[in-house]
Amino acid sequence: MTTFLPSVIQFSYLAAASLFIVGLKQLGSPATARRGNVLGAIGMLIAIVATLLDQNVLNYEMVLVGILIGSALGAYMAQKVEMTAMPQMVGLLNGFGGAASALVAVGEFWKGVDAGRVLPLDDTITIILSVLIGGITFTGSLLAFAKLQELVTGAPITFPFQQPFNLTLVIGFLVCSVYLVMHPADTLTFLVLIGLSLVLGVLFVLPIGGADTPVVISLLNSFSGLAASAAGFVLMNNMLIIAGALVGASGIILTEIMCRAMNRTLANVLFSAFGSSQTSSEGSAAVDQDKTVRSIDTEEGAMMLGYARSVVIVPGYGMAVAQAQHSVRELADQLERLGVEVKYAIHPVAGRMPGHMNVLLAEANVPYTQLYDMEDINPDFDRTDVALVIGANDVVNPAARHNTTSPIYGMPILEVDKAQHTIVIKRGMNAGFSGVENELFYQDKTVMLFGSAKDVVAQLVTGVKDL
Amino acid sequence: MAEGLITGIVVFVLATFIGVEVINKIPPTLHTPLMSGSNAISGISLVGALLVAGERNWNLSVILGLIAVILATINVVGGFLVTDRMLQMFKKKEVKA
Repeated sequence: MTTFLPSVIQFSYLAAASLFIVGLKQLGSPATARRGNVLGAIGMLIAIVATLLDQNVLNYEMVLVGILIGSALGAYMAQKVEMTAMPQMVGLLNGFGGAASALVAVGEFWKGVDAGRVLPLDDTITIILSVLIGGITFTGSLLAFAKLQELVTGAPITFPFQQPFNLTLVIGFLVCSVYLVMHPADTLTFLVLIGLSLVLGVLFVLPIGGADTPVVISLLNSFSGLAASAAGFVLMNNMLIIAGALVGASGIILTEIMCRAMNRTLANVLFSAFGSSQTSSEGSAAVDQDKTVRSIDTEEGAMMLGYARSVVIVPGYGMAVAQAQHSVRELADQLERLGVEVKYAIHPVAGRMPGHMNVLLAEANVPYTQLYDMEDINPDFDRTDVALVIGANDVVNPAARHNTTSPIYGMPILEVDKAQHTIVIKRGMNAGFSGVENELFYQDKTVMLFGSAKDVVAQLVTGVKDL
Repeated sequence: MAEGLITGIVVFVLATFIGVEVINKIPPTLHTPLMSGSNAISGISLVGALLVAGERNWNLSVILGLIAVILATINVVGGFLVTDRMLQMFKKKEVKA
């Protein structure tokens, strides 16, 4: 312990940590979630004010200028961001958090070097850990941001000997770490460690494909928490350790949920470069040439929907890309006017981050009581007249249930094929992200409505209005 | 190992268990706000940044600390505000006349 913090500060930290926990708990229900978020913000304010009381904080002017700049930028970003761009936003913020944590550790290291004191073993190790996690979070998040923003290609980027190369860097990092532990004042080694951490962050996200970003964003979210915890160990500050651990746990749970929803292990997501060329061919060859697709026009589609008793809408990211969510809501309104029961079925990986689709639909004023998770809606498809699939593909492919040779075999899906009829709105017959042909499209109960989601849904709205 | 480090590890492990317990109960509908909200909480490194940047004398540590203050504040303010913006869109059935 370098300083003795007055108990007031420690108790404020305890209050802040408690508010974080209660706030997270209240995020568990849409009714209390907003209050929960406010509680978290109050907790943060208490923690910051308490820290400013610390006798070591003397440089008030500059610190306040820093806070003002950061607040202005943060507020601006939060106001401007589109809901479809939420994954990028969270990615970028993860990166900033990670960078801040790493900088804290670097600052502590330099403080020690400047003062000419030799850092004890514990401190050196925690500083190295903090720089590593923070650095990876920083550059990894920036690359994830660039991929989502399409500044760089969303496809997995691979190069020869990628994994041996990465492994070499990891070993290099370990060697330098050991050296630094033995020579704690060696700044050059320390700089090399910083550089390696930043490079490792890039290399870690490079081979991961665009559609796997829900996993990456969740994992980096977890890392940003762990980075804060690590910085907490450097400063021996419980506030950072607790808050970081909470976020670390949250991110890792979401990561696991996303992996399960895609029926893949974390290692598979991180290292297999899924979606790159080699996975695409096998599934499509399996479909016979004689299978036919039945296509209808929007008038007939409107009739099927309007005279149904129950309709389940299955939105995929294609709907969001086409910005069709408002038209979809309008269609649902028109159907309800005719007495049709409308529900939405949301697959866990329907968007670009966990729960993304729910936010996009909420933005279009769809009441959250109509949104159903996969486990809750699947038993209902038996009793559903029409399932309306908009811009979703792999998550409704029945092959995942029975075709053991399919790359998506075993992935939990929305069982739209069990509905009386299925209408699929789709641009063309292209395969889904996994590159697998969707046998749903060839079933007798399925009809296709070809066209852009926005146009087709708008025409359906007109059609239903005229019924 | 120093006593402080051991206490830190104890705190970390217990906090992780609390995090897992609390967050496991959050429904998928709210996963995006959960992520952006917890993201804001990870901006707690602002506290560490303040401690590093707070020294009276100018040196490299203070400059790094100030950069960290700015980045962490963006994380905190942006995270909480955007979460609030999202959550206010989550509505039950609107009552129409």
